[in-house]
Amino acid sequence: MPINSNIPEGQLENKWTKYKSTIPLVNPANKRSLEILIVGSGLAGASAATSLAELGYKVKCFCFQDSPRRAHSIAAQGGINAAKNYQNDGDSVYRLFYDTIKGGDYRAREANVYRLAEISPNIIDQCVAQGVPFAREYGGMLSNRSFGGTQVQRTFYAAGQTGQQLLLGAYSALERQVGMGSVEMLSRHEMLEVVIIDGKARGLIARNLITGELERHFGHAVLLCSGGYGNVFYLSTNAMGSNTTAIWKAHKKGAYFGNPCFTQIHPTCIPVSGDHQSKLTLMSESLRNDGRIWVPKKAGDERNPIDIPESERDYYLERRYPAFGNLVPRDVASRAAKERCDAGFGVGNSKMAVYLDFKFNMMRYGKVEATKQGLLNAQDSEILALGKQVVKEKYGNLFDMYQQITGENPYESPMRIYPAVHYTMGGLWVDYNLMTNVPGMYALGEANFSDHGANRLGASALMQGLADGYFVIPYTIGAYLSKEIATKAISTDHAAFEEAENSVKERLEKLLSIKGSKTVDHFHKRLGKVMWDKCGMARNAEGLKEAILEIQAIRADFWTQVRVPGEMNDLNPELEKAGRVADFIELGELMCMDALARNESCGGHFREESQTEEGEAMRDDENYSYVAAWQYNDMNWQMQKEELKFENIKIAQRSYK
Amino acid sequence: MSGNMNLTLKIWRQRNTKTKGALVDYKVKDISPDMSFLEMFDVLNEDLISKGDEPVAFDHDCREGICGMCSMHINGRPHGPKDAITTCQLHMRSFSDGDTIVVEPWRANAFPIIKDLTVDRSAFDRIIASGGYISVNTGNAQDGNVLPIAKQDADIAFAAAACIGCGACVAACKNASAMLFVSAKVNQLAHLPQGQPERMTRVKAMVAQMDKEGFGACTNTGACSAECPKEISLVNIAAMNREYLKANLISTED
Repeated sequence: MPINSNIPEGQLENKWTKYKSTIPLVNPANKRSLEILIVGSGLAGASAATSLAELGYKVKCFCFQDSPRRAHSIAAQGGINAAKNYQNDGDSVYRLFYDTIKGGDYRAREANVYRLAEISPNIIDQCVAQGVPFAREYGGMLSNRSFGGTQVQRTFYAAGQTGQQLLLGAYSALERQVGMGSVEMLSRHEMLEVVIIDGKARGLIARNLITGELERHFGHAVLLCSGGYGNVFYLSTNAMGSNTTAIWKAHKKGAYFGNPCFTQIHPTCIPVSGDHQSKLTLMSESLRNDGRIWVPKKAGDERNPIDIPESERDYYLERRYPAFGNLVPRDVASRAAKERCDAGFGVGNSKMAVYLDFKFNMMRYGKVEATKQGLLNAQDSEILALGKQVVKEKYGNLFDMYQQITGENPYESPMRIYPAVHYTMGGLWVDYNLMTNVPGMYALGEANFSDHGANRLGASALMQGLADGYFVIPYTIGAYLSKEIATKAISTDHAAFEEAENSVKERLEKLLSIKGSKTVDHFHKRLGKVMWDKCGMARNAEGLKEAILEIQAIRADFWTQVRVPGEMNDLNPELEKAGRVADFIELGELMCMDALARNESCGGHFREESQTEEGEAMRDDENYSYVAAWQYNDMNWQMQKEELKFENIKIAQRSYK
Repeated sequence: MSGNMNLTLKIWRQRNTKTKGALVDYKVKDISPDMSFLEMFDVLNEDLISKGDEPVAFDHDCREGICGMCSMHINGRPHGPKDAITTCQLHMRSFSDGDTIVVEPWRANAFPIIKDLTVDRSAFDRIIASGGYISVNTGNAQDGNVLPIAKQDADIAFAAAACIGCGACVAACKNASAMLFVSAKVNQLAHLPQGQPERMTRVKAMVAQMDKEGFGACTNTGACSAECPKEISLVNIAAMNREYLKANLISTED
């Protein structure tokens, strides 16, 4: 089936306005008999469930956690972008659009990204109206800060807990609909299969995680808002439960997977401390506003960082990228850290870390405070103490978190950081309506591939999740559902439901019956190591070919040696995990295939074969200016290409120098 | 490795809501002080699975102290011996070699035990659904800067909104009261201009739902705030009492 992105005709600036005014509508009476199933309750899922319920559709929302408020959007720290230009610093919709396309290394669709930038101001307004307590200036106006890959201040925030505050806003709005009976919320439910009837998505099979019962749910449309798949690497900044299962099931039932290998490795995370490590913790990119990254100039320098004089420090980002300095995009910052550590300049016990140092800015803030307080002859120590207070107010929760995890005090000595898997730009392929190639099946937020190209800019994930849920899907779903008003609810006794439920049951029984000698985590760790070593920050053809064979071996071992304790009809976290890891193993293979097929470097995808003399990523626009949309066929895949056309931006080699 | 610990754990095991539970002893060996408390549980569970036993069920997700899902009562304190952190942020360097650690689930009638250390906190969702929101549909909003909000008000609202809904306040309270949780949401919205139109109805509806869920009464002991991983202030409860009284005195609605 050829793919059609359904991008509306017309000028870039007018596409969305014109299109949304012409999408067919569904009248309110008909909306009441149309049912929508939403998988996931993060920013995308909660905002979509709420907005669609407000319009009058019958909505069911599923999440595997005990409450929709736990979705991993909650952990986003730094902020959310919007082209408000409140700072009068030259921001505009076009500039946000441009920064996002460039940040994504010219591998995203112009029309989608422009729409995202256009919608961004409405998101801030909506969240403020919900009572989201964004940071404010003394005059009562909203405050902004800078993020990587931009030269304007357009990031709105709530301390280091922006995701939490936005999610709780969306969660409150969702619970309001639950209270009114417009949304049925099914917590502790995991989607394990989609049901397709006559080529259209018509429902899903979910497992009640408390009783283990399998349930059948019908919907006129199914929205997958289940987040990203970074946990394929075992260690990532994702929550323990974050998984690919929902989108992977959809993929195996025909939905194309877009750019699976595009993974974001975030530069500022707390380094691994040992083999026991179960997850990695991010230190927000916003810290790069006020922290300077460095390593000692001398390899293997064992001195305490505070004893290393200025002249013997290498502020390598400022050295290599004078224009953007510490605020280069994430992929660039991560690779630069890896380069220094690989060259022997890393710090800490593992030597796989660099310093993030706040002292310089503490002194700067301290001087401002001292002036404000009229302390004209303040000693350096007094100034530093004042500056620490300012930093504490801005990032207190992050500094506390760092101290809890490492046992070190970041107010006194620099943080040690290293890159970690954080976000997946890849996801289900969707058209301009956010619909996959399977009619009636949609993917929103991180679960789709659409807006970030090969590298996402900071503070854009929250923007995309909420844009998709609040302001895109309520319009675009009309294009499909307006043609479905005559479709009566299909009985869940239909053979397709029966078949889907049986296949889920068989798989769960199989997992429980192997009774091998290795735990689920054993396989997950093995997979993660292969992925990190060979499909991580640097990739090459030879390594990827090896990785594919190794992952195939892991899959074979998993299905013969795994031990899953407990029973099916019970709360059984190991069984849940086993299903998710089995899907990760299959996905890992596809990611390596995609990385192998894309013989160019772009954004977070760095092929060692394709780099400039200075070691920067080198794109090959002539051959790879496309979205890779992979079609599944029994553990084989065919690639379809969606050519990317840049009509409004002059495509150029990305430079932050 | 030197510095690693051997520990005895006494863990509450309970098959399901209907059966009786009991504390069961387990030994864990060679625990690194750099492990988090939940990573220590991972070690225990891996060991139990290898031996053919059933692992301990416990809730957890983000493991960075923000989702509010982890919920262990450790040595008599919700989220363990350190102040202002969740269980997932508690690290083993807070314990010593040879320690015995008692781990129980949240105990409250309104939080029935599902299995082992996993409890049902859906009562909190129902309380929010009863009024913990501002009734504004998508698309209704005006420009975010039209309504200036004094920084101090925004800061107070934010401090209350930092609640992660973990339920430690209820678990810490001898009466299993949910007053700190409810008051945090009431106060967040009462401190913002957007929250004013529903201010009276909100506090009444949320308190009514809280009572319906079977949470106990508040006797101002303050254990909730002392144990709160996000240090939600006791002032919220005092403020909510005032809000509630005012709502009942002034409000024209029932």
